[in-house]
Amino acid sequence: MTFAEARPRFVGAPIRRLEDPRLLTGHGSFTDDHAPPRCAHVAFRRADHPHARIVAVDTEGAARAPGVIGVFTAADLAPLVRPLRATSRMKEYHATEILALASDIVRYVGQPVVAVLADSRYMAEDAAELLDIAYEPLPVATSPAEAVAPGAALLHPEAGTNVLLTRAFTRGDIDAAFAAASVTVSGTFRLGRKTPAALENRACLAEWDHARRALTIHAATGIPGVLRDALAECLDLPGTRVRVIAGDVGGSFGGKGSVYPEELAVAALARKLGRPVKWTGDRMEDLTATSQAFDEIVTAELALAADGTMLGLRADVLGDIGAGSIYPWTAALEPVQVVSFLPGPYRIAAYAARVRGVATPKSPTGPYRGVGRPAATFAMERLVDLAAARLGLDPAELRRRNLVTAEEFPYRTGSGLIWDRAGFQESLAAACDAGNYAALREEQAIARGAGRWFGIGLATYAELTGIGSRIAVAPGMPINTGTETSSIRIDATGAVTAAFGIAAHGQGLETALAQVVADALGCRIEDIAILQGDSALVPSSTGTYASRSAVIAGGAGALAAREVRRKLLRAAALLLEVAEADLDATDGIVRVVGTDRSLTFREIARAVYSEMGRIPRDRREDLAASETYDPYLGTAACATHLAVVEVDPETYHITIRAYYVAEDCGRIINPLIVDGQVQGGVAQGIGAALLEDVVYDGAGQILTASFVDYLLPTAAEIPPIGITHLELPPPDNLLGVRGMGEGGTIGAPAAIANAVADALGLAITDLPITPDRLFRLLASGETA
Amino acid sequence: MIETHAITVTVNGVAGRHTVEDRLLLSDFLRGTLGLTGTHVGCEQGVCGACTVLLDGVSVRSCLTLAVQADGALVDTVEGLGEMDALSPLQELFRTYHALQCGFCTPGFLMTCVDLLRTRPLASETELREAMSGNLCRCTGCTNIVRALAAAVAARGPLKVPAP
Ligand code: FES
Ligand code: FES
Repeated sequence: MTFAEARPRFVGAPIRRLEDPRLLTGHGSFTDDHAPPRCAHVAFRRADHPHARIVAVDTEGAARAPGVIGVFTAADLAPLVRPLRATSRMKEYHATEILALASDIVRYVGQPVVAVLADSRYMAEDAAELLDIAYEPLPVATSPAEAVAPGAALLHPEAGTNVLLTRAFTRGDIDAAFAAASVTVSGTFRLGRKTPAALENRACLAEWDHARRALTIHAATGIPGVLRDALAECLDLPGTRVRVIAGDVGGSFGGKGSVYPEELAVAALARKLGRPVKWTGDRMEDLTATSQAFDEIVTAELALAADGTMLGLRADVLGDIGAGSIYPWTAALEPVQVVSFLPGPYRIAAYAARVRGVATPKSPTGPYRGVGRPAATFAMERLVDLAAARLGLDPAELRRRNLVTAEEFPYRTGSGLIWDRAGFQESLAAACDAGNYAALREEQAIARGAGRWFGIGLATYAELTGIGSRIAVAPGMPINTGTETSSIRIDATGAVTAAFGIAAHGQGLETALAQVVADALGCRIEDIAILQGDSALVPSSTGTYASRSAVIAGGAGALAAREVRRKLLRAAALLLEVAEADLDATDGIVRVVGTDRSLTFREIARAVYSEMGRIPRDRREDLAASETYDPYLGTAACATHLAVVEVDPETYHITIRAYYVAEDCGRIINPLIVDGQVQGGVAQGIGAALLEDVVYDGAGQILTASFVDYLLPTAAEIPPIGITHLELPPPDNLLGVRGMGEGGTIGAPAAIANAVADALGLAITDLPITPDRLFRLLASGETA
Repeated sequence: MIETHAITVTVNGVAGRHTVEDRLLLSDFLRGTLGLTGTHVGCEQGVCGACTVLLDGVSVRSCLTLAVQADGALVDTVEGLGEMDALSPLQELFRTYHALQCGFCTPGFLMTCVDLLRTRPLASETELREAMSGNLCRCTGCTNIVRALAAAVAARGPLKVPAP
């Protein structure tokens, strides 16, 4: 099936975003912007111990403080809200509970323990200070190595181990591959712990409608449908009486892609008190209690023949998952995907890998832009460069020899992923062209001659996007991530409403989906109201994450719009007394082709809904349709990144002199938005490579709980990025699009690490690579 | 005992008299007391710049400013820049260059740019990038914000530095 709209007017055009006017003028509708009357404000008192038993909570002082409405502990909430459990059919996975408030044991600094409700946030925070919580500290094993050691302090004793999950992948004869190898290279790589750090902190506001006995929750979330389903379950309410609205949401990057304790607590408290309850997190709460990312130790070894042919890959991955599983993604999402994606876009016959996820007393890891692929790509692409050096081959040439070629698609990787046709080879060639690779190498030789530290780094990766039900990103989990629904109608005024279950948080999906629907329906963008970010719009949806919305929701929108168009043309054919085949719809007008006869959508709608008698009763049908799209499999997306860096020999400051991305995202719906996603993703990858690091000390205290300590890249650190979109045949899904929101973050850490390694001849194994780490590495004399 | 104080502030050209707690932040005064929720709060530590407003024409972080410090002052927020269907030239450029994604940082960037365009030469891309490095944007990678500001620099007349 391919895209039917033969002459797209809007898809492919750089349409200025529909979201912009409200956001530019301060009229966005973010969660904290809502201020209902009688609202109670929550301040959470959070654990200041990484692992401890709660011995006693003295709430008296807080309860008597001015403005306080109530003080609630786990015991108070237990009868009101059930814990959540991210279950899975995975063998060797131990699900841990997510509680609204910590009960008995705290497992990370920042875990909510007591909720204080007051008339204002200032008063709630004042009162929370007066709480007296007595803890009995328990032993901690903060590093994964300590946590897996025999006799380690257990975070979840009922699991009998800190290893909450284990999985293994094998294909081919790995021992034979290594025995046949001319060259093997290996390393232990760690992409340090990150935090999503969306500019808007997490927030939620719950309102209980006593008359309807129903909850409405405004939440800064990308998964309103999942949150609705979870709250209905935990609060024992039918879905009709729980509605989650995610209005404007200030970024997520994964951090707003899970269900959190605060959401359970706020919803339960609003229902109990019968009044609005609001929590708006501050930055410290975000940095300590929003899901964190990456942090695997990847030990990997690559075997190659003398001509550079990759023969086999072995890996052992130890993921530091933090305090436990996150809903609905379990504790497996991030580390398991590292192992799934490690073989990357390469042809490697034999693969053997094991992954373990180990619990430590830290904020749990969860989804983060790129999920698993950034760490996998970092490790694999470092190995490729190490191998190129050993073989005396240019890094680009070694990649060219091993990237899956056009004839080999669909290609099944060692971990069982299937790559459909995508521009792996083409992206490498295009990035090298864009950066003028040969000239760069010459420039490097001259710079080196002058004693400068000048490096060039490549990274090629592939990812799966828009994943359908067959290989949904959540195997065995309690949700279906493989489908999306769109419900479109033309109302009695001729205006179009297109509703979706997805929930944008910066991706410009209102605009992109309006482009898709306008083309499929034959109307103007301004005729359409896109509704999204609301659990009540479609029966089921899991939201926006995993580069899925354009592919899956876009596909659903096209299906529903085509169906509405068919109904519209049927009605118009009756009204105009012509054959449907003679009709065409554009700009909200249905015309009889080759004549000047036409009807506007408005005229047709009036005839259908209001002017009874114009259409025979038995042929009258509402101008509405609801369709669900399931791409069934996933669509590969790929890119090659090329980074050029220079290191200052005095300060060890790393400057990115140039940066190129050549990517295959299939058909482009809106080039403005696509380029914006690449630029933002690369910036995030630059942060991951050079600046960002969540640091816990050996006692389990977090040392990076403010933006002074956790550094985000700014305009001063981010170079202009040269972007090339490959023009290749589109993938075989409904719109011919590939998901592309995460790619930038996947390629950048690897490309930059390779460039820095190339500049200095160093073994770059840990990111971020900061000037002081670089200095110490050089001082230690360890070369690649 | 929480002290209060009477203040007179002119916000986006409208003067008003309010009794506020001494400790009330200007950001919370604008968002909560006045309902001007266009000013955003991203860190409350003075790092992200999302809360930037103009106080007597100069950009300040409203999360590091007390409402009482605005007594007798003129405050300008993003709501005063342009209208939904009549964006200011700077807002138009942000839209044209796709300089916003989630839009959470945008009000702070806009108010910072208004100040920069009035007071700084912004003669090179390096100066422009340095000048904006006090504001954080997690979505855009800042590239398109730099482009929008560069276009605004190109469009502005000769630099007029207001008398001190
Ligand atoms: S909220 Fe004021 S600087 Fe971040
Ligand atoms: S547009 Fe989202 S933080 Fe800047």
